[in-house]
Amino acid sequence: MIAKLKAFQFKRRTFSYPYIIFMFIFIVLPLVLILMNAFLVDGKLSLGNLIKFFAEGASISALSDSLMVGLLATFLCLLLGYPVAYFLNKINAGKLVVLLFILPMWVNFLIRTLATKAIFVSLGIRLGMGTVVFGMVYNYLPFMILPIHTTISNIDKSYIEASQDLGADNINAFVKVVLPLSIPGIISGITMVFIPTISTFAISQLLSDGKIYLFGDSIDTKFNMGLYGVGSVMSLIMLLVVLASNYLMSKFYPEQEGRAMW
Amino acid sequence: MVKNALAKGYLALIVTLLYIPILLIIVFSFFNTGTFSFAKGFSLNSYALIFTSSKTPQLMGALKNTFLIAIISSVLATVMGAFASIGIFNLKRKTKRIVENVNQLPIINSEIVMAVSLMIFFVTFSFPEGYVRLILAHISFCTPYVILSIMPKLAQMDKNIYEAALDLGATPFKALTKVLFPIITPGIISGFAMSFTISLDDFIITQINKGTGTGIETLSTFIYSDARVKGLEPFWFAVFSIIFVVVLATLLIINMRKVKSEQKLLTKGR
Repeated sequence: MIAKLKAFQFKRRTFSYPYIIFMFIFIVLPLVLILMNAFLVDGKLSLGNLIKFFAEGASISALSDSLMVGLLATFLCLLLGYPVAYFLNKINAGKLVVLLFILPMWVNFLIRTLATKAIFVSLGIRLGMGTVVFGMVYNYLPFMILPIHTTISNIDKSYIEASQDLGADNINAFVKVVLPLSIPGIISGITMVFIPTISTFAISQLLSDGKIYLFGDSIDTKFNMGLYGVGSVMSLIMLLVVLASNYLMSKFYPEQEGRAMW
Repeated sequence: MVKNALAKGYLALIVTLLYIPILLIIVFSFFNTGTFSFAKGFSLNSYALIFTSSKTPQLMGALKNTFLIAIISSVLATVMGAFASIGIFNLKRKTKRIVENVNQLPIINSEIVMAVSLMIFFVTFSFPEGYVRLILAHISFCTPYVILSIMPKLAQMDKNIYEAALDLGATPFKALTKVLFPIITPGIISGFAMSFTISLDDFIITQINKGTGTGIETLSTFIYSDARVKGLEPFWFAVFSIIFVVVLATLLIINMRKVKSEQKLLTKGR
């Protein structure tokens, strides 16, 4: 019986083999190819593409534009989103009310962006940095609200009551209890807004009439022009940012450790 | 009390901001306009144009491609993901961790990096352009979600149930179909629903991997190529309105049902 069970344990494990092979081919290998394209020039190890990237004015301006739009949009999302998350808890909003804030996320971002663009154009608002930041905030605000709302609603209410019993007023209770305890949510909200903002493709092009190219757009442009080397370097930089922020997030959410990368 | 009113006022303001573009598009879809003007008066012309415009064949083709790719890739991703989950769950601890981490990559990675890496890969190994590339790409970013929605069901399962089935004389195959699969079915269904939606919704990976020579467009890439330069034609107002209503209504209905059944459970529990 035990022998039979062992034999089948082995068989059940084998169900994963096809997907492991698939994963290696379609997830790992493409990333390896990016790495090779970035650092191999004519079959030799070279930092040429990396130097080219940093020497080029256009990529540096894309990088600084991305950082600026990313930071600004993330800051505004936090500023607008935190009160939403907090108030939703305060008034004990039902699930459906919370859902109302998340729903727009499920409509294709291209459609929402084109709709906002059409509105800007018909109002005669000049497309530029301002409209790009607005578009990003509009698109990614739900990503800020959701994680913060989840962490705040998980805070044990007795902490707040205890602080009030010990003489804290509402402001103190918020600053000293709720705010510190909601930091994991804030961190995860920040990454969930910042990463897509700088890496997304099309939103900034559409909302600035092609004037502002963020990191994601520049990666696409590089590959369209056949500059695979520099494009790969930029993709690797993006990948590093993603992995770093994911590592940061796993530090704040130890319970999800198994799921996080490294 | 005043504070609560303030909170509610703020929430209402943000909701309004979030929904204004959507509402404006829906309202103006009934005025046959591309520029938000009431000049042409109320009409259903925008909706008629979906079927009579010179772009109708392209639009319908894009719609067909979108659903074709979404159905094929989400079915394949679900089948592969279901078997893979059972396998991964029974892997040795260390291997399991590595596999789960790699499986996580497409989810955390930025779409543009995933898109260009697949593009380089397809070009390097000269995969046939068009549907093959698109479906393979869609499967590779859908399957991780299927696995993520099945794994918790396996973890919650009482391991003894499976062994009890074997003890009671079930063949391993029977134990699989009569015990394991029924337990993970909710996960399979939500995984399928998720990959179907993600595939329908995808723009970046499709845009970069569709190839220029094939002429294959999905709804999102067609919207992008058509509306990027010239702005929105009246029929797009109608198309967007239909999409808004379908997406929002579906999600509302699903969630209302969930909330209702949870409430039922709560009252029963009492």
